[in-house]
Amino acid sequence: MRKAFAPLLVLAAAMFAAAPYFIAQAPYESTMGLIQKIMYFHVPSWIGMYSAILVCGVASGLYLFRNNQAADRYAVSAAELAVMFGLMGLVTGPLWGRKAWGVWWEWDVRLTSALLLELVFVAYLLVRKYGGPGAEKLAAATALFGFAVAPFVYKSVDIWRTVHPKTSVVPTLPKVMGGPLALTALAFVLLFLVLLTLRVRLAERQAVLDELYLAHED
Amino acid sequence: MGMVSRVGQVGWLGGVLRMGRVGRLILTLLLVLIVAPSALAVQTAPPGQSEYVPIKDLPLTDQIPAAPLLIAAYAFVWIAVLFYLWTIWRRLGKVEDEMRTLAQKTTRR
Repeated sequence: MRKAFAPLLVLAAAMFAAAPYFIAQAPYESTMGLIQKIMYFHVPSWIGMYSAILVCGVASGLYLFRNNQAADRYAVSAAELAVMFGLMGLVTGPLWGRKAWGVWWEWDVRLTSALLLELVFVAYLLVRKYGGPGAEKLAAATALFGFAVAPFVYKSVDIWRTVHPKTSVVPTLPKVMGGPLALTALAFVLLFLVLLTLRVRLAERQAVLDELYLAHED
Repeated sequence: MGMVSRVGQVGWLGGVLRMGRVGRLILTLLLVLIVAPSALAVQTAPPGQSEYVPIKDLPLTDQIPAAPLLIAAYAFVWIAVLFYLWTIWRRLGKVEDEMRTLAQKTTRR
């Protein structure tokens, strides 16, 4: 992962540099106009969050059932990133909705469940920080819960009636809009991997410091 | 002969006039039921669109400017990324400082 850091960083930077050009070239959506261009950062934010939830869920499972310490470092790093990308989605969404729907927020099933999913990972971080001894295991169980809930949040728009567009919208976008979205989505996944590498590095150094403290006390 | 010919001369109005009170009430109700919806439809019909529509008369979603919201969304994403990078850099710096301090303490022993 660390060897791939520099190429990932260069590639992500190049894609983010090119993104404004392709977003500007994409046509306006007929009913929403300019505001619809928030989609090129809003949808990738959620893709970033779901990538983080996937890593956090798998790593938490490995830590919980196999006591893999390295997996725990990945889990805590990915949980932080899930909160960060989720916050991006929760802020860009209302900015889009204010113009498209006339309201900042609607307590419908998609928006509410997305907020709750964000809060699950905030809870993970709070449990780790203030939970005392054994909090890592409790937090890992919380992450598994978030991992299990995430698909329901994604499919909620297809199951219940909601103001939010259905999951079928993105795959059926015309190429002129789908192309820039694919570019920014990939750029966000690369950004997630770059930030994950950095955050795991921090977790590793913290683990070394903890070991040094233990050795120093002995 | 006389009665029939007089009805024929007066026509439908004469028939109405000769209706009983109940008959006239039913006819009035029927007229009201037929005419009222049309009259209401005429009253609620949207006024004809002129070429100029003041911005305050537009629907709320059309009045809100899109550009500031779009800029705010993109700016927030970048601010969040830069802030998160700064927190990692700061935490990493603290850990490295603590490790250095701890190493110095150990060598002094």
